[in-house]
Amino acid sequence: MKLNNELIEKSVPLLVVLTLLVISVGGLVEIVPLFFQKSTTTPVAGLKPYDPVRLVGRDVYVREGCYNCHSQMIRPFRAETERYGHYSVAGEFVYDHPFQWGSKRTGPDLARVGGRYSDNWHRTHLLNPRDVVPESNMPAFPWLDRPVQTSDIEAKMKALRAVGVPYADEEIAGARKQLEGKSELDALIAYLQGMGTQIKSTQ
Amino acid sequence: MSDFVSDFWHYYVTGLVVLSVAFCIWILASNMTRRSPGPVSLHDHIWDETLQEYNHPLPRWWMYLFWLTLFFAIGYYFLYPGLGNLPGKIGWTSVGQYQEEMKKADEQFKPIYDKYLKQDLLAVAVDPEAQAMGQRLFLTYCAQCHGADARGAKGYPNLTDGDWLYGGDAATVKATIVGGRQGVMPALGGVLGAEGVKDVANYVRSLSGLAHDSLRAQRGKDAFMQNCVACHGPEGKGNQALGAPNLTDRVWLYGSSEATIVETVSKGRQNQMPVFKDLLGEPKIHLLAAYVIGLSKNQDKQ
Repeated sequence: MKLNNELIEKSVPLLVVLTLLVISVGGLVEIVPLFFQKSTTTPVAGLKPYDPVRLVGRDVYVREGCYNCHSQMIRPFRAETERYGHYSVAGEFVYDHPFQWGSKRTGPDLARVGGRYSDNWHRTHLLNPRDVVPESNMPAFPWLDRPVQTSDIEAKMKALRAVGVPYADEEIAGARKQLEGKSELDALIAYLQGMGTQIKSTQ
Repeated sequence: MSDFVSDFWHYYVTGLVVLSVAFCIWILASNMTRRSPGPVSLHDHIWDETLQEYNHPLPRWWMYLFWLTLFFAIGYYFLYPGLGNLPGKIGWTSVGQYQEEMKKADEQFKPIYDKYLKQDLLAVAVDPEAQAMGQRLFLTYCAQCHGADARGAKGYPNLTDGDWLYGGDAATVKATIVGGRQGVMPALGGVLGAEGVKDVANYVRSLSGLAHDSLRAQRGKDAFMQNCVACHGPEGKGNQALGAPNLTDRVWLYGSSEATIVETVSKGRQNQMPVFKDLLGEPKIHLLAAYVIGLSKNQDKQ
């Protein structure tokens, strides 16, 4: 049997196998080795898994589609590090599942927004950005001032543990208590204020 | 430069890359056939009884483009990191490129920053070039809270008036930017009660000559003397060491209406100026402090 056009075109299983072989090369070269690289799998000094409040805040961030306008990756260019701080390194994102690097900046990068503004500023800004930055074109998120949903926090944390985030049993058991009385706004602000704070120096 | 957990991954990546390149070379080489004289050959498959496909060789110029990309790839692997752990001939890294860029910028801008860093802040504050630099820095790092015109907003101090919460001398303004500030007004609603808060609010309004209920203000004075003087002082003139505002002037951080003052007194206020030491560094903070001081100085002149 000769391996030629006719054989491949007429045998669907062979076509499928050969196609998979070809398109898997990119992933095998570019993705798989990253799982075995120290810089991508070792957390940077001081990085901790998201506590329940920040975790819920992160989910609000994802739900509201913040990544559509805000990236979370400072590239190693002077123009970016001058404005945002030290460039991002892979070890900062080992507990992010999925990471929120994003690819579009209608708004500024948020990778190191933690500590850049006060909690009050974030509160005002999220409820109506124009109140603090008149020229802003960011949409307002007035509905965030409502209690967080707590019923699925244990399931979320267990799922994250299954993909390698080191949550202890006690942390998961105490999660719901930590969320008591928190609004989605509180959670989102807690998430934002913790962002990129492990690496401080730009100098 | 990669830091794989074991050498296996180095050989794994290198092997796959070399195999892929070799595969592409083989595909291209085996398709470099020329058109043979005579009738055009046909593919051997037949669809719908009579439908057949010509088997023309691919156009030469098009094949050469593919060869070019291959040569480019081989040259790239030789010069740049791509084959596992091999750093490539020119030793390029993204971090190295970044540091090179920073070094170049440093050479260009450091003398300017250094020139101003050596000068006294008040001298920098009247230097037009320094003010222009300071304004650009201000618009990047400070305008989000204090506004593009530095006039502030509710809860964010106006920097163009001569009034200062923590002090407007050079060292203090610099310290504010370096270390940030935590402004805390405790909630006194529980201590004073709803009526008591209203009395105090009226007394506070009377301090700066705003319309007030004099009976309430009289009652509020006693409460003020018991609860507020520790920070705001017996005359209500504030204390810059604590960041307690002067209540006798016409400058209000949150607003001067009775309702706003009632809210401030009963619920307290938490205010924060973030820390900028790590992000900005001394030379930029020096220029920013000079710009901010220049703002109110120039305002005074007008």
